[in-house]
Amino acid sequence: MDLNDTPEQAAYRERVRGWLAEHASEAPRENLPEEEVVPARRAWQRRLAEAGLAAVTWPKEFGGQGLGPIEQVIIGQEFSDAGVPGILDVIGVGMLGPTIMAHGSDEQKSRYLGPMLHADEVWCQLFSEPAAGSDLAAVQARARQQDDGSWRLSGQKVWTTNAQFSAYGLLLARTDADVPKHKGLTMFIVPMDAEGVTIRGLRQISGEAEFNEVFFDDVRLDPDATVGGVGAGWGTALTTLMFERLTIGSGVEGLGYRPERFAEAIASDPHAAHDREVRRRLGEVGSELLSIRFAGYRLLSQLQSGSIPGPEAGLAKITTVAAAIEAADLVTDVLGPDALSEDDQFAYITSFLPGLKSAGGTEEILRNTIGERVLGLPPEPRLDKGIPFSELRAREREAIS
Amino acid sequence: MNLELSDEQEFLRDAARDALGRVKTVDAAREALEDPAQRPDLWPTACEAGWAGLLVGEEGGGAGLGAFDAMLVAMEAGRVLAGVELLGHLPASALLDAGQYGGLSAVAEGTRRAALLAARPPGGLDGDAWTVEPRSGSRRADAPRAEGDRVSGTVTWVPDAPGADVLVVVTGDGTALAVDAGQEGVSVEPVMRYDATRSLGHVTLDAVHGETLQVTPEQVSHAWYLAQVLLAAEAVGTVERCLTDAVAYAKERFTFGRAIGSYQAVKHALVEVLRRRENAYSLLVYAGWSYEDRRDEFPLAASAARSSAGRALDFATRELISVHGGIGATWEHDAPLFFRRAQLSRRLLGGAGEATDRVAGELLARVAA
Ligand SMILES: Cc1cc2nc3c(=O)[nH]c(=O)nc-3n(C[C@H](O)[C@H](O)[C@H](O)COP(=O)(O)OP(=O)(O)OC[C@H]3O[C@@H](n4cnc5c(N)ncnc54)[C@H](O)[C@@H]3O)c2cc1C
Repeated sequence: MDLNDTPEQAAYRERVRGWLAEHASEAPRENLPEEEVVPARRAWQRRLAEAGLAAVTWPKEFGGQGLGPIEQVIIGQEFSDAGVPGILDVIGVGMLGPTIMAHGSDEQKSRYLGPMLHADEVWCQLFSEPAAGSDLAAVQARARQQDDGSWRLSGQKVWTTNAQFSAYGLLLARTDADVPKHKGLTMFIVPMDAEGVTIRGLRQISGEAEFNEVFFDDVRLDPDATVGGVGAGWGTALTTLMFERLTIGSGVEGLGYRPERFAEAIASDPHAAHDREVRRRLGEVGSELLSIRFAGYRLLSQLQSGSIPGPEAGLAKITTVAAAIEAADLVTDVLGPDALSEDDQFAYITSFLPGLKSAGGTEEILRNTIGERVLGLPPEPRLDKGIPFSELRAREREAIS
Repeated sequence: MNLELSDEQEFLRDAARDALGRVKTVDAAREALEDPAQRPDLWPTACEAGWAGLLVGEEGGGAGLGAFDAMLVAMEAGRVLAGVELLGHLPASALLDAGQYGGLSAVAEGTRRAALLAARPPGGLDGDAWTVEPRSGSRRADAPRAEGDRVSGTVTWVPDAPGADVLVVVTGDGTALAVDAGQEGVSVEPVMRYDATRSLGHVTLDAVHGETLQVTPEQVSHAWYLAQVLLAAEAVGTVERCLTDAVAYAKERFTFGRAIGSYQAVKHALVEVLRRRENAYSLLVYAGWSYEDRRDEFPLAASAARSSAGRALDFATRELISVHGGIGATWEHDAPLFFRRAQLSRRLLGGAGEATDRVAGELLARVAA
């Protein structure tokens, strides 16, 4: 059992540190005016890409470094110690790029991956819809192929993070409604500036609008816009979801919910620091947050030895969100209403967490999956198996009326 | 970074599982509730397997293994409710080793069994004293006092004290003495409470002779935390067993035409047991790593492990009962035995709640520093 760097890892860490010592001052400042944040973070990602620090786990042929998850973590640790942000397009580089590498054509790889890496083109994930979140295979956005091979896309996506400044989106659409729902799906690359695309910001609890609803009104897509084959969209989506799990599972510490952060806020109130009840709550939640740190190291260690983490990686997400909610509640209880000032970091955390519970798979869905796939418990009876999607929709409408 | 078990560790774990599997320890746990004489003597097994000297360095005649190795054995003991006296012996042996105790090799061999009269180190809400378990109530008692090489005092609820040959006594000054349990003035009253697999004793020392160990207060305090992680590791083993049993039953018990494990209320609760097991195990890893490489974090890691594993055990044992419905609450079933284990463990060695408070104390101290 060893948490220490190997000599190679230590050398790599030194290199990252050296680079940061020279360039950290170029990182976007905190508290930039809202309209400057995204341009500054794009420029920073470009800078990181040039330095070989943006997509270290990508293969070299796509502009990455061909390194492993450990190097990724070293970068995360060093950046967080230096107090500078990482890349802007975590969704693209972490989830959608790898999906294109796995399922895309050679042309797609050479056209899209470079600009994605350099943040010249930011990407968004156009999966969820008003009637298809947990049950993602129920998407209704409809793409129909035209005689000339091109496609016409209509429908609506929702909760789309970063759509407001994205150049492209990876979109899951239905291309055949007369087969069971997992079978009639196809994945597309959609230019966000295409005619017929409308993006509307959705404000969240905090009042900010980090995600969006996106409407598609008879949008024309080129014949070669599909990724992974017509009718094979579900398999392609599963790849993205696997990388999403990885990003979330190994990245929860990166969300910044370190136990020390909450302890600091409590330590600032000497009375609270001696209150039995406050200490009990801090001790419980602190243990949870500490366990996440080591669950993360265990995950990495698994990755390093070549095994792909299973669905149990989702447990870390459940713990992180629940513990962060408890911790933010505790700090806010201690500090009082002032902690709920709109510009306070704990007010932001308080507002952000309820949504995080759903993002990337709700707690209930994660528990279903883990119960079935890890513990081997029997699935619930399903009413949608083997039924053509069109018929399923008709039955749903009937049930509601 | 590598947190996977090494081949040696897998071997140690499998050998422990094998050795303990030869005795029907869970059945014995039930029988011993009515007749304590039915409690199997597993110390010979421990000696044969080399567990007695696990934490003693090779120069001292031990195996010189790490805290995490000890936890692996404790997990296996917890899985089958094996009453093997490692909770008392291992932390005591680590202190004897650090303090260059004269009779170390016999302790490492296990021909002389040791027990730790642990005292909780200063810190926490009730001040700067080294304290021990009170006989009853919530106010902690003073640790024994030493004058020269004579030590006096009472320590209650000491794990594995009955039958121990060497008592490692922690004093109110944070020093430690090795006391020969056979001498005049040492009295050990065996007690059994609720969980018959756990051997406990009330120990009274009346100006008895002890060999002062050359150890720092920090080393003495780490013996306390070592006991905390062993208790935590045992708990994780028991949680794993509860989960296996509960999942197996949830697959084969049918109601309303479906296996009960297909109902989300049951499924999600079982995933909750798994989640708590994973968290507690991750903290054991933290404790094992900090013991070797980052000693200043060991108190935090050990307290967090104890707190988390304790809560996991509470939850898992109650869940095991409820998944089994009515039969889970009957004497013939194993579930009550795991439940009894949880109920007693939670109240030993400072109590799980105190460990939780220590986590807060350590975190607050770290950010203040
Ligand atoms: C901050 C944030 C960012 C997001 N970013 C993106 C993005 O960039 N791209 C994207 O495509 N999506 C994104 N999402 C969408 C997210 O993936 C969905 O919200 C999520 O999958 C849940 O789907 P839903 O909202 O339709 O809820 P539903 O699926 O309608 O669920 C409603 C409730 O029912 C429960 N439920 C549903 N089915 C079951 C079941 N079988 N068993 C038990 N309970 C069940 C759920 O747990 C939940 O509590 C984001 C969401 C958030 C909050």
